[in-house]
Amino acid sequence: MNPVVMQLTVRGLLGRRRSVLLVVLPVLLLGLAALTRWASDGSPTASAGLTGTFAMGTLLPLMCLLIGTGVIGPEIDDGSIVYVLAKPVPRRSILLAKLAVALGTTLVFAVLPIMVGAALAGDDGLRLTAAYGLAALLAGVAYTTIFVALSVLTRNAVIIGLLYALLWESVLGGYVPGVRDVSVRQWALAPAEQLLGARAADWGVVSAVSTPVGIVLLVVVTVGAVWLGVRRLKTLRLAAAD
Amino acid sequence: MSAIVLDRVSRWYGNVVAVNDVTMTIGPGITGLLGPNGAGKSTLISMMGGFLAPSAGTVLLDGGPVWRNPEIYRNVGLVPEAEAMYDMVTGQQFLLANARLHGLPDAGAAARRALELVDLVGPSDRRIATYSKGMKQRIKMATALVHDPAVLLLDEPFNGMDPRQRLHLMDLLRRLAAEGRTVLFSSHILEEVEQIADTIEVLVSGRHAASGDYRRIRGLMTERPHQYTIVSTDDRRLGAALVAAGAADGVTLAGGALAVQTSDFGRFVHALPRLAQDAGVQLLEVSPADESLESVFAYLVAR
Repeated sequence: MNPVVMQLTVRGLLGRRRSVLLVVLPVLLLGLAALTRWASDGSPTASAGLTGTFAMGTLLPLMCLLIGTGVIGPEIDDGSIVYVLAKPVPRRSILLAKLAVALGTTLVFAVLPIMVGAALAGDDGLRLTAAYGLAALLAGVAYTTIFVALSVLTRNAVIIGLLYALLWESVLGGYVPGVRDVSVRQWALAPAEQLLGARAADWGVVSAVSTPVGIVLLVVVTVGAVWLGVRRLKTLRLAAAD
Repeated sequence: MSAIVLDRVSRWYGNVVAVNDVTMTIGPGITGLLGPNGAGKSTLISMMGGFLAPSAGTVLLDGGPVWRNPEIYRNVGLVPEAEAMYDMVTGQQFLLANARLHGLPDAGAAARRALELVDLVGPSDRRIATYSKGMKQRIKMATALVHDPAVLLLDEPFNGMDPRQRLHLMDLLRRLAAEGRTVLFSSHILEEVEQIADTIEVLVSGRHAASGDYRRIRGLMTERPHQYTIVSTDDRRLGAALVAAGAADGVTLAGGALAVQTSDFGRFVHALPRLAQDAGVQLLEVSPADESLESVFAYLVAR
């Protein structure tokens, strides 16, 4: 990891106009959480509904997409990445530095708001908050890493990411049982389900896979994404249109 | 003293050959890479800078490979053609970041020195987004020089510069070359290249068309057959006089104009007004038919 690359990445990520969304979306969630508490009198079931569908299903993948494609994609698109690449710095440390910034941002702007949202909307001794916090953390790490790697691998990372997060996970996952087994969200929900034990079914925190399977798949996908991203950055073509 | 050696380097994208079997050695001093747009100059520079793998052949810097070898950037400074930079930081911050990425012991001093070199100390506390095109070009130059590299690769560095900035950069490149550095820059303008380059490498349609100092390249370009289109009060008579005097190799009368081909440029230019006067013919229009750089280059390739 390279501190200079991290600094430049933070400036780039937060300096762009679309970084406003990084604040707007979490604020929206907190607003909905407050409404939910007011409307259903702090019932954990309602809170779990909001967190499970909107926070985990829409907000988290969208935030990770914004962050993951924002830390390196724009630089590759406009060619300014050349100033970082034309340095005696291993490409691995460049990618890891950018990934570290992305993961830190995901934690602050996505995982923490989801936990606060769950606690705010209604909870029973913060058990739901802890469970969804764990699921959001695991899913957030996997999503963000996938999207960072994706933006090194292809210029169409945003489109592909959107299709995956919204179409594959939300729509297809809702109707086709097999698809649900191949889903970051389902993998991350498995340990949360286990954490809640008997209450999980009541609150609707149910995963399609078991905890060991979920964890193993999360690790495999995350490590694989890092490996692919580093490998691609080592041979990234930077030829101007001649 | 560093040298870049290209040995039978080719690069293709699918069916399109961008660089075709180029062999050249870039040594200390200023080398100008001359060629029309689309000749493959940027592709060649990308390969020299380690940002593109050759499809065939090898590119070596001081005997070591440049592809997949970020260590070369300790000795190589790169000025890309693309304008995009880290717009949201100030010039000073950007230079400092570059110096630190190079792991320089005194990054602050190196950044200051580079800014002085390109005469950009004053505006260095402004964000790069506010810079003019010429200033951005200079900040790019400064980032390439911050670590005092032995090799400098510049892709179209004079693009977008006004005449004063152009002179300033030429002066800077001359000084860098005088210190024994290897400086390579690309351009599509012959005058620009011949003003400062010790060696000129001509690239046309991906092929290495010619190589030598500016006298040799200039000679190759002026000794080629020239085409002129002349409109006069009596084309037929003038054409006959030109051929009779040996000032033209051939003339064609077509479409109300006289097309003249000559291999002796100087002789033709001197003879034309005299012959016209002697024959009592009034010249209405004399224009070179093929003075575009592309046609000059095309001749060099076909030669």
